[in-house]
Amino acid sequence: MKIHEFQAKAILGRYGVAVPKGGAATNASEAVAIARGLAPPIAVKAQIHAGGRGKGTLDVDFRGKPLHGVVLCASADEAAEVAGLMLGHTLVTKQSGPEGKKVQRVLLEQGTKIRSELYLGVVLDRALGRPVMMGCAEGGTSIEELAAERPEAILKEKMAPKRGIEGFQSRRMAAGLGLRGPLLAPAAKLISSLGRAFVDLDASLAEINPLVVTEDGAVMALDAKINFDDNALFRHPELTELRDLSEEHPTEARAKEHDLSYVSMDGTIGCMVNGAGLAMATMDIIKHVSGGRCEPANFLDVGGAADADRVTEAMRIILEDGKVRTILVNIFGGIVLCDLIAKGIVAATRELGLKVPLVVRLEGTNVEQGREILRTSGLRIIPATTMEDAARKAVAAAGEVSR
Amino acid sequence: MSILVNKDSRIVVQGITGGAGKLHTGHMVQYGTNVVAGVTPGRGGEKVHGVPVFDTVTEAVEKTGANCSLIFVPAAFCRDAVLEAADAGIPLVVTITEGIPTLDVADVMHTLRVKGTRMIGPNCPGIITPGEAKVGIMPGYIHRPGRIGILSRSGTLTYEAVWQITNLGEGQSTCIGLGGDPIVGTSFVDGLELFEKDPATAGVIMIGEIGGTAEEQAAAFIRDHMKKPVAAFIAGVTAPPGKRMGHAGAIIAGGKGTAPEKMAALRAAGALVAESPAEIGATMMKALAR
Repeated sequence: MKIHEFQAKAILGRYGVAVPKGGAATNASEAVAIARGLAPPIAVKAQIHAGGRGKGTLDVDFRGKPLHGVVLCASADEAAEVAGLMLGHTLVTKQSGPEGKKVQRVLLEQGTKIRSELYLGVVLDRALGRPVMMGCAEGGTSIEELAAERPEAILKEKMAPKRGIEGFQSRRMAAGLGLRGPLLAPAAKLISSLGRAFVDLDASLAEINPLVVTEDGAVMALDAKINFDDNALFRHPELTELRDLSEEHPTEARAKEHDLSYVSMDGTIGCMVNGAGLAMATMDIIKHVSGGRCEPANFLDVGGAADADRVTEAMRIILEDGKVRTILVNIFGGIVLCDLIAKGIVAATRELGLKVPLVVRLEGTNVEQGREILRTSGLRIIPATTMEDAARKAVAAAGEVSR
Repeated sequence: MSILVNKDSRIVVQGITGGAGKLHTGHMVQYGTNVVAGVTPGRGGEKVHGVPVFDTVTEAVEKTGANCSLIFVPAAFCRDAVLEAADAGIPLVVTITEGIPTLDVADVMHTLRVKGTRMIGPNCPGIITPGEAKVGIMPGYIHRPGRIGILSRSGTLTYEAVWQITNLGEGQSTCIGLGGDPIVGTSFVDGLELFEKDPATAGVIMIGEIGGTAEEQAAAFIRDHMKKPVAAFIAGVTAPPGKRMGHAGAIIAGGKGTAPEKMAALRAAGALVAESPAEIGATMMKALAR
């Protein structure tokens, strides 16, 4: 689960990380009130779940130029004006996708005089099987770029999964980053706080980029990003309240409510598959057999307990995407019984009055009964034997509909 | 021969009285797996499909000599269940449960490494040595004893590969579902190393997917240590970056962990990579014929 910068800063603030003075606004009058309480210059930052905001642009002009997602303003009035312009407009960044994201909140913060910028972050190192604290004296750029270009510039400290980072590791990291003398103690404390927050809250990523040293010698988080492990949200009910549904794809959010794993894509063939790996492979084979002419419309894993209700719900979700020209069902029944799935498909097709071609490939337990149910249903279901056969038939059907 | 489990494996099922535990214990017993015990705290003394239930794993081990645990315990309690199995001296723990907090898995692995306990999973279908022991939730009948070892991060896609091999008139030595989580107990490298040493295995199929670097590490191992042929398939060529594709571990993060990267690494290491999931079995046959 992703959260906004202002939420991440509030959390880190509770762990003792210094953050700039400021507040988040959802409308112009709130923005004015917050701006008046801050000493200029004031940074106005669009709150969306995508990085690259400073370089990204909004679909609105400010003083004759497209407005960026992060703007430093010379006065409270200017900050309020910029905040008002951002709210309700769409910000496109390198990470937002071409359609961009609508700005529903802005963060107004007191500007900071910066002496130096650094990077600090905790990631889960999958190969090591534990969290790792990473630091770099060159902040501001993305850690991915840094890792690719100058991996030797990144300092790492391995963390114990439940204990966080030890004091000596935090001091070693601070010193390695050049934060010595009077800066060492506050920097080490901040590093420990970030490590503590990561393990306490079951984060999957916690990043301060940039971490800054101010001209008056404070160590402060100028930006913050935290992602949480969805599997652990059950033990952090307070965090689930931070979820911003407006940032999520509406169909994906609805699928999640039904415990269906769904990802929307750009193609025309809707897919319903049991198992995540088989679902990805089904998407891949559509592209493969069509020589790249056809793409999947979605990823959808109906899961191991697929019954008639789930199949109906899954089909409904697939059809919400107006681009879908064909539906391809690929089920390898292990524990899931093919005859039950077949009954589900028939019921769903009738209930939804399905208009697009439906290709069904069933394999596995009770497959003969399942195929018989489809054959005798009286519905126009295109049966397929292998995965490749199913993909070819789906591609052909999608082509016919488009003609 | 086979790896990790065989007809002499003595299985204890943790969470045996729950829905999934009960159902799959039945399937396993029917398959001929040597299920010797079950554990559910507070249900000691009962029986499930003729299998005696104990209150603790320690008791189950003392009374039945169980040496392999299969875990169906709900995600929130899995950390404790795995530690209980390891503490009882069980050398192989197979965790089926999906949705365990990642830091719990990381923490458990820390302890298991010290104790020398191997875990398969979590979030996996389990392990099967056809004709000898089915320790998991895979459909038994699609398998056939044979000479192909299979390692996979996926469940149903593994069944697909198994079925292709069986339909080609071949069979499997052992099939391991490694699991779809970011951190798993047994990696491709671990599995490849075991299959390389297993005289009954002639070739290995590995089924990877987007996310992480486990396939790249496997490629390095294949290049440096594998004499047996390896066929591979990587799922997720069409997966968009930054999106989790069902499995917690299947995500292209920061532009890393893509399918083309993994396929290139495996090819460079000498593995044959299937372009289509329909050709996994055929690719293995081609690799064996080389």
